[in-house]
Amino acid sequence: MIGEGTQSTNQRRHTFVQDRVEVGFFTDPSVCIGCKACEVACKEWNEVPDDGYDWSGNSYDNTGHLGASTWRHVLFIEQDRPKGNQIAGPMSLGNSLGEKEDPFRWIFLSDVCKHCEEAGCLEACPTGSIVRTEVGSVLVQDDVCNGCGYCVVSCPFGVIDRRPEPLPNAGGAFKCTFCYDRQKSGLTPACAKVCPTESIVFGRLDDLRARGAERVKTLRAQGYDDAQLYDPRETSVGGLHAFFLLLGEPEAYGLPPKPQVPTIYLKSSWAAAIVIALAAVAAALLSFAFL
Amino acid sequence: MTSEERLEQLREEGRSRGAVSGRGVDVAGGPIPIKPGYYGEPVVRPPVWTWEISTYFFIGGCGGMAAVIGAAALAFGQPDVTRAAMWIAFVAAILSPILLILDLGRPLLFLNMLRVFKYKSPMSVGSWIVSLFGMSAAAGAILVELWQRQIFGGVLGAVVEVLAILSVIGAAFWGMGLATYTGVLISCTTIPAWFLHRVHLPIHFGTAALGSAAGLLELLGFRIAPLYALSLGAAALETILWLVLESRKHGAADRALHDGQTGLMIRASEFLTGPLALMLRLAGGIPAAAISFLLGALLSRFGWIEAGRVSGRDPEAVFAAQR
Repeated sequence: MIGEGTQSTNQRRHTFVQDRVEVGFFTDPSVCIGCKACEVACKEWNEVPDDGYDWSGNSYDNTGHLGASTWRHVLFIEQDRPKGNQIAGPMSLGNSLGEKEDPFRWIFLSDVCKHCEEAGCLEACPTGSIVRTEVGSVLVQDDVCNGCGYCVVSCPFGVIDRRPEPLPNAGGAFKCTFCYDRQKSGLTPACAKVCPTESIVFGRLDDLRARGAERVKTLRAQGYDDAQLYDPRETSVGGLHAFFLLLGEPEAYGLPPKPQVPTIYLKSSWAAAIVIALAAVAAALLSFAFL
Repeated sequence: MTSEERLEQLREEGRSRGAVSGRGVDVAGGPIPIKPGYYGEPVVRPPVWTWEISTYFFIGGCGGMAAVIGAAALAFGQPDVTRAAMWIAFVAAILSPILLILDLGRPLLFLNMLRVFKYKSPMSVGSWIVSLFGMSAAAGAILVELWQRQIFGGVLGAVVEVLAILSVIGAAFWGMGLATYTGVLISCTTIPAWFLHRVHLPIHFGTAALGSAAGLLELLGFRIAPLYALSLGAAALETILWLVLESRKHGAADRALHDGQTGLMIRASEFLTGPLALMLRLAGGIPAAAISFLLGALLSRFGWIEAGRVSGRDPEAVFAAQR
């Protein structure tokens, strides 16, 4: 935590990989300042290539979306709603009627791979390239991935993507590695390490969940009526290892309100496939037998 | 022009056109209608698959169901049909892996598909089905040819006969899977237009595959009653499936199947495989009906993949499917 200095879980060395402890990220927009240091640190450490300078016109966000070459993405959300107990001041520029300013809030949130409890990408991967690590994160082994693209349509959050030509290592699927390489050496993930406000907190998952619940309580007491945790444990995703605090509805953050892991559709779909396959065999046999 | 005047201009443009060409004006309280979700960014990722996959769905389906027809023909003494059907399966067995490998991001690593077997991944199950179908169909086509031409006599001839029959049965078994698993493959994803039709898709793909295989055999000159019946049945079922698809709309969640260019593709394909093929066939135009069905079956695979792309890019579809 801020104030703990080098003893913060974001800074101190650890042995989570060796001890096989489940770890996570808790990302809190209420203290994020939108500096994008996490995006930069992630790109630097993981040598993620530059994927173009495109001006989006969407607030201060020119990154757009998580993808094969964007593993941390700071969202910039502008809403005409007050932020907590915000007191709208008088219009600053030449309004003689003394009208109050419109309520306005600017929210920043650093989005990342959620490292789902039931991960769609991991279940879908036909090569076994995507695995779960000792710390409970979901990792793509780049040397095994052949770029079939099935994980891309199996992620409920649209995180993983296939890297297009002509970028380095094109053709494979990429996403956040949870800095597995750093973690194996006792270091914290680059984004958490660099976050100046500890909006991104790295630590033991159980600690973080308690901390997240506490933070929601605090914020609500401070007038942030719509503060909530985004950790869909009641859906088939079964909870996130990288979960978020949200102000307002998940839709505004481009997050699905009720994410589902696609394996839940297997039963009904295979049943339909078996029925039609057997029906086709029966039809073929009957028509050759009797016609 | 002052900034206030410019803002008025943008507001006017927004009111009249519903959109503004200028950038950087997309803010809360601004003149632009708020886009759904996060600046209209996709919530899930659209598929990266290109034309190879749609074409493979068609060819694999044809080949798979051709093997099924071949096995049925063999069981009831029509070895000529079996021979032709197995050659269709053979061609599909060669083309399918080529198309699949071409679509991979890293084609040289294609063998990694057979590194593991994961029953919960339709892509893994499918890879094994394609491989096993390929082996049995390729062997089957050649063995049936050797057997039919009586190349070997005596014991060797008997061995060839047994192996040919076993290969045809194997090809039919895996072909049954090949023609239908593709529906499961795209159903078990996060794309709303696909997973909302997870029962419809395997049935539609399987039916389209059966009709295509029967139609192709008819076009090769086998104008026989069993194939006519299968084609007729497939066209009738396709007509019903179209009606089902049109009557069970899911609003914004699957609008990619009904609206716009992709809606048109799917509607056109269903018209070709369903009512048109049915009417042409009843009117006696067997080749025309078969061609109509084949074209429709091919177009349908492209339509469904394209609709998945549109649906995956549409944040409102994802939200609507989950609410």
